[in-house]
This record gives sequence, structure tokens and C-alpha cells, in this order.
Amino acid sequence: MQDLINVFIKSAFIENMVLSYFLGMCSYLAVSKTVKTAFGLGLAVIFVLVITAPVNWLLHEYLLKEGALSFLGSSFAGVDLTFLKFIAFIAVIASMVQLVEMIIEKFSPALYNSLGIFLPLITVNCAILGTSLFMVQREYTLAESTFFGMGSGVGFFLAIVAIASIREKIRYSAVPPALRGLGIAFIITGLMGLAFMSLMGIKV
Amino acid sequence: MADVAQAPKVEEKEPLFSKKNRKLLSDPLDDNNPITVQVLGICSALAVTSQLKPSIVMAICVVFVVSFANLAVSLMRKVMPGRIRMIVQLIVIAALVTIVDIFLKAFAFDVSKELSVFIGLIITNCIVMGRLEAFAMGNKPWAAFLDGIGNGIGYGIILIIVGGLRELFGSGTLLGYTILNVEEGSFLANIGYQHNGIMATPAAAMFIIGVLIWIQRSRNTKLVDIS
Repeated sequence: MQDLINVFIKSAFIENMVLSYFLGMCSYLAVSKTVKTAFGLGLAVIFVLVITAPVNWLLHEYLLKEGALSFLGSSFAGVDLTFLKFIAFIAVIASMVQLVEMIIEKFSPALYNSLGIFLPLITVNCAILGTSLFMVQREYTLAESTFFGMGSGVGFFLAIVAIASIREKIRYSAVPPALRGLGIAFIITGLMGLAFMSLMGIKV
Repeated sequence: MADVAQAPKVEEKEPLFSKKNRKLLSDPLDDNNPITVQVLGICSALAVTSQLKPSIVMAICVVFVVSFANLAVSLMRKVMPGRIRMIVQLIVIAALVTIVDIFLKAFAFDVSKELSVFIGLIITNCIVMGRLEAFAMGNKPWAAFLDGIGNGIGYGIILIIVGGLRELFGSGTLLGYTILNVEEGSFLANIGYQHNGIMATPAAAMFIIGVLIWIQRSRNTKLVDIS
């Protein structure tokens, strides 16, 4: 259990997807103009990550990994399908996002309406595919990958809500006109990234 | 009059590099730059630019993937059912990225290892998806192909500027050749110059892109964000 909590803490804070690896930047910068939308996107990302990380793990373990197909008989033992990793993972993510969209639309129209366009946008959020690829690279177990997915999602959520609140406040400051909006958002994110670097020394 | 209106429109034969097509190529370089104006493809721009060489490789890969994905999707745009178009687009992109990945592994193994997951992340590079949705779905194949090349190059330019600055000031080299020598006794060491460690972190890329946006917008005031 302690392992799992460590993986969670590590992925949410120390190796934060957004502020340490700078993944998922596009939606992070595009959707962080107000706290409300940022909040909705953050929740949707957590949800999708918690589902896709274990599903992709199962897919990799039982279909794609070298020798994974040996349960079909000894002649399949040498088959290595890892080169299909990208296509398989992205197909899972795209269909999961589609599925999540349909489920939310059916059971909670209010939440569906408040998320709106941000649900389909999650498909091309690099943090999601990045989580699946890192999970394979670091050879996590099934439980660890689930917690890794959850931690990455929580990390993304915290980061996007933080920048959205800063951007709401900075609208009242005297930023040079050419730097307003996007430019200052980049520089703030850089400073937040530097702040998060101070967490790197923590050993869990 | 009715006859005239119903007469089939004569398709004008457009020259291969008409003014419109040249604009498709040149627009993304400045006025409509994918990184500084459209805010697409930031993740990879930050992650791979710690040195010049991976930046150049990444730029070339993205030009290849965007242009051919645009071409393929534009060719299929009329037969693709709207509901599953996202998945079809992603499969096209993923197939192209897999080709790039295998090619790099075969011919430039050390660069491929350095770029590791980021080649895979071209799939979710919003530039590719964004251009497919915004341009290739509604335009002819040749125009879409040019748009892909233009956007790929516009992205590449920023990548190379950031990569060059970060490598030069972070470790004093360019493409691995020493430019700023800080060894004991050299001129720079005598005046107290040191490499800037912050340039090695992705945060520095954020600052550089932020400043690039600042420079671009103070020069090109119609891009200024009023809100």
C-alpha cells in the first residue's frame, strides 16, 4: 500500500506532468482563462486518466509486449508487437474519451453541459498519452499504473486550477500590452515550473 | 438567365505556386505561427529543445508528419464519416509517427534514444490534429500539403531558435561544438562568465517563448491580445 501512495505522491507533485515534464501544455494554456472551465477540464482529465492507464497497461501486458501472446501457443511466444504501441494506446484513449462522453451525457446532462467542448479535447492532451508511455517505460504493475494515472490526473488538475486563478488576478495588473495574455502566461508557467523544481529533492 | 446560372462552372486551373498557395506557406512563419499565435504544439517545443540537434530532428519529423497527414486526410475528407473522424485522423497520424520512429531507430539511434517518448507524443502534438481539423478537412490535397509544410516550418523555426539559445547559454556549445569556452584561463573565465544552469531546465524554454511572443507582438501590433 505504501508503494502505491508513493507512486501517487510522486506523480502528482514531484514529477508533475505539467510543471515538471511540461506535458499537456496546449490545453493547459488554452483552457486556463477562467477558474470554472479549468476546474471542469481538470476533473475530466483525472477521470480519463484513471480509466486509460490500467486499460493500456492490460493491453500492453497481454497483447503488445514481447512474448505476451504466448498464451495462444508456443509459436506465438516470440511475437513482439511493441511497435504498435502508439496506435493501440491512442485508439484506446480516443475510444475511452468517446465512451466517457456518452456515459456522462446519459447519466449527468448537467455535468456534460458544463464540460462541453473540453471532453473531446482531452483526446489530444499529451499528458494522457504521456502517462501511458511513461507507465510502460517505468515497468509499473497494474495497481501502480492505476495510482500513477490518478496521480498524474490530480497533478494536472492542481496545475491548471493554479494557473487559471493567477491569470484571473493578473488581468488587473499593468502588464506591457504586447506581453498580455499568452506571453505572460508562458512566463508565469516558467516560474511555476521553477518553483516545482524545489520538490525534486524529496525522496519517497 | 436561368441557363447561364445552371451552366457548369469552369474549374480554373490554378498554377502550382499561385499567390494563394505561397501565402499558405508563408503565413504560418509569422502572422499565424503555430506556437506563438495558435498556441499549438507547446509540449514538444519545451521538452526537446534543451539542445540544438534534437530540436532540428524534431522539426524535420513534424514537417514530415504534418504535411503527409494533411495530404492523407484531405484526400479522404469526402469519404470519412463525421462521427469517427477523430479516430481516423489519429490512426493516420499514429501510422506516420510509427514510420518516423522506426526510421529514426534505424538511422539515428542516439537521437532517437534522446527524444524517447517525445517522438510518440507527436501523435498528440496539437499542431497535427489542429491543422487536420482546421484546414485539411475543408481544402484540396495540394493546398493542405502546403499548409502542412508551412506550419511544420513555422513550428521548426521557433524550435530551432529556442534550442539554439538554450544550448548556447546553457552549456556553451552549438551542435556539440564549443562556442563559449569557460575553461580555466580562457577569456570568458577571466571575466567571470559562467554557464547558465537554468537554461537546461524546461522552464527556460517557457521564458524564451514568452519573450519571443513579446518581441513578435510589439513588432506586429495586430496580434496583441486585448482581454
